[in-house]
Amino acid sequence: MVRVTLDNVSKFFGKVKAVVDLNLEIRDGEFVALLGPSGCGKTTTLLMVAGIYKPTRGRILFDDEDVTDLPPKDRNIGMVFQSYALYPHMTVYDNIAFPLKLKKVPRQEIDRKVKEVAKLLQIDELLDRKPAQLSGGQRQRVALGRALVKEPDVLLLDEPLSNLDAKLRILMRAEIKRLQKELGITTIYVTHDQVEAMSMADKIAVMNKGRLQQYADPQTLYNKPANLFVAGFIGSPPMNLVEGNIVEENGTYYFVSSSFKYRLPSGVGELIASETSSVILGVRPEDIKIVLGDGDDNVISGTVYVVEPLGRDLLVNVKVGETLFKILAPADLKLEPGQSILLAPNEKRIHLFDRKTGRAVI
Amino acid sequence: MARESLRKRKTKALLRRAAVVAVILLVAVIPAIPIWMMYGWLVSQSFSGRVILGILPSKLTLDNWRFLWSPIKMGEKEYPNIWPITMNTLFLALGVAGLVVMVSSLSGYALSRMDFKGRTGMMQFIIALHAFPSVILLIALFVILNKLGLYGKGFMTLVGIVLIKAGLEIPMATWIIKGFFDAIPWDLEWAALVDGCSRWRVWRSVILPLVLPGIGAVSIFSFLSGWSEFLLVFTYVAQEEYYTLPVMIYHMIGEFIHIDWGMLAALGLFYAIPTIIFFSVSQKVLLRIYVGGVKG
Ligand SMILES: Nc1ncnc2c1ncn2[C@@H]1O[C@H](COP(=O)(O)OP(=O)(O)OP(=O)(O)O)[C@@H](O)[C@H]1O
Ligand SMILES: [Mg+2]
Repeated sequence: MVRVTLDNVSKFFGKVKAVVDLNLEIRDGEFVALLGPSGCGKTTTLLMVAGIYKPTRGRILFDDEDVTDLPPKDRNIGMVFQSYALYPHMTVYDNIAFPLKLKKVPRQEIDRKVKEVAKLLQIDELLDRKPAQLSGGQRQRVALGRALVKEPDVLLLDEPLSNLDAKLRILMRAEIKRLQKELGITTIYVTHDQVEAMSMADKIAVMNKGRLQQYADPQTLYNKPANLFVAGFIGSPPMNLVEGNIVEENGTYYFVSSSFKYRLPSGVGELIASETSSVILGVRPEDIKIVLGDGDDNVISGTVYVVEPLGRDLLVNVKVGETLFKILAPADLKLEPGQSILLAPNEKRIHLFDRKTGRAVI
Repeated sequence: MARESLRKRKTKALLRRAAVVAVILLVAVIPAIPIWMMYGWLVSQSFSGRVILGILPSKLTLDNWRFLWSPIKMGEKEYPNIWPITMNTLFLALGVAGLVVMVSSLSGYALSRMDFKGRTGMMQFIIALHAFPSVILLIALFVILNKLGLYGKGFMTLVGIVLIKAGLEIPMATWIIKGFFDAIPWDLEWAALVDGCSRWRVWRSVILPLVLPGIGAVSIFSFLSGWSEFLLVFTYVAQEEYYTLPVMIYHMIGEFIHIDWGMLAALGLFYAIPTIIFFSVSQKVLLRIYVGGVKG
């Protein structure tokens, strides 16, 4: 088990900047998810840790050893590829045994370890088959077995669940998390699925266009997004984002957009106004209460546009002027399209972002 | 009403089927008849003393196959024994196949996987190279063989021809094998590297087994092209004992007066044996190629 450090790592393919100045520390035994949209440089980062790609700039450390120039075979890494990359001409047994054979492990020990891993992953029935005769979920487990059998210091997983159906995905999610905790292997898990990242990882590194956006634990990421990208990317349905300005009237600060005016809690306004006045207001769908009839004074009035029942809750689309809000409401609320209602955002849970830099100001 | 339209539809389907059969007959079967007749003639001729109507054998005999166990004589002229000649041909074919497979499997890998300067230019050059027929190279090759001291040196001349023939075959073979390497995803190679392979070990343990069908195809094709090589042997080999089968058959056909058609037919059939073996064996290999290199 090791601590993995990426020190100012960049990777360019000609003009394409796949990863730019990435700093990341993954502690011993930690489960870190690399999260980001397609093409943001997740796989490239993983391949650099594995030693397949050499960083254009920067260093990679395992504990305190600089491994930047170490070939993959000397890094003691286990990796599951996006495509699983099982050797099609070998049986499942030989696939799993392959890393051990390369290490010149004695025959009986190979046999013992392969059977052990196969049992752990419940693929001991499949050892004689070829990869082409397996289902997606079985292939994924074989790939995981091949990565685990050599007892790697670092486990790299590249979207291992993306080819599975929804039910199996949820099952394997828990399975992988349990395995990781049980074995205590330092793990980097690449995914573009935020639910996967949130539910499995100790910490999440959110990336966009080759740059690290935020590196924090799931709760922090959700409650205190560092910038607009993270705010919009994490959470489903996504956060409501409205452009507007901070305006002062008689010592009170308001957020004013083209379609409504909202009083900011005292203290917050001053703080922001000292930095910028053009901002973006963010409120998560579950942080807005729908008020029928008269309510508090600091509310936004709108009309119900569409109601989408999600089973446990209602997703209510509310029009405020030109702005559309998505709000999660209790399933027993009776609402009709066209009905006038009042919206009361939770003051403690509003987010404000600088419109120019996209950075969070509170 | 519905019943009638059903019947109509059935007739239509029948007509369409008849049309398809007619087209197949016209395009594929009828043109093949003369070819089959020629083969039929070859077989019946080689086993019979006399042939009726050019196709029906009579007087079954093995006399035409006597070249397998006795010296070949046609009229006054005595030809070299068939077995050394066959060995020459086999040497040429196997030499070409071996050399082509060895070089093209490595160069195909390099062209498919390694990024180096002038890679694209080299690939275009390879295609262009293949466009030249070997006839126009005869004189230049002659000069080279002479300079290397391989002309008129008996067995060494055959070695020289192996080199030339392989050189002519390698570009196309490289191209074919490159296609097989292209079909192997990078992930597979990377997985092997992560599992602990050196680059060479990846090639041997993962890549080579996956391109085996391609190597099979290339080796069969280059074997056959070496087996049937005529022009180079005809031009450069002076001594009769280093002839190959095609050249010897050619010389025997040139014998106008005493020509023995029966024996020639048997000889032709003997010469075709590797080709026949090839087609019965390769069907499976070629089918596997079609199914795709990487699908277990
Ligand atoms: N070998 C390469 N040559 C050139 N560009 C590359 C290469 N590999 C990746 N890229 C580019 O680098 C960027 C990052 O690619 P990467 O594969 O890391 O994305 P990703 O985050 O894994 O995306 P996905 O979720 O789709 O797998 C992309 O813009 C991609 O086009
Ligand atoms: Mg990827």
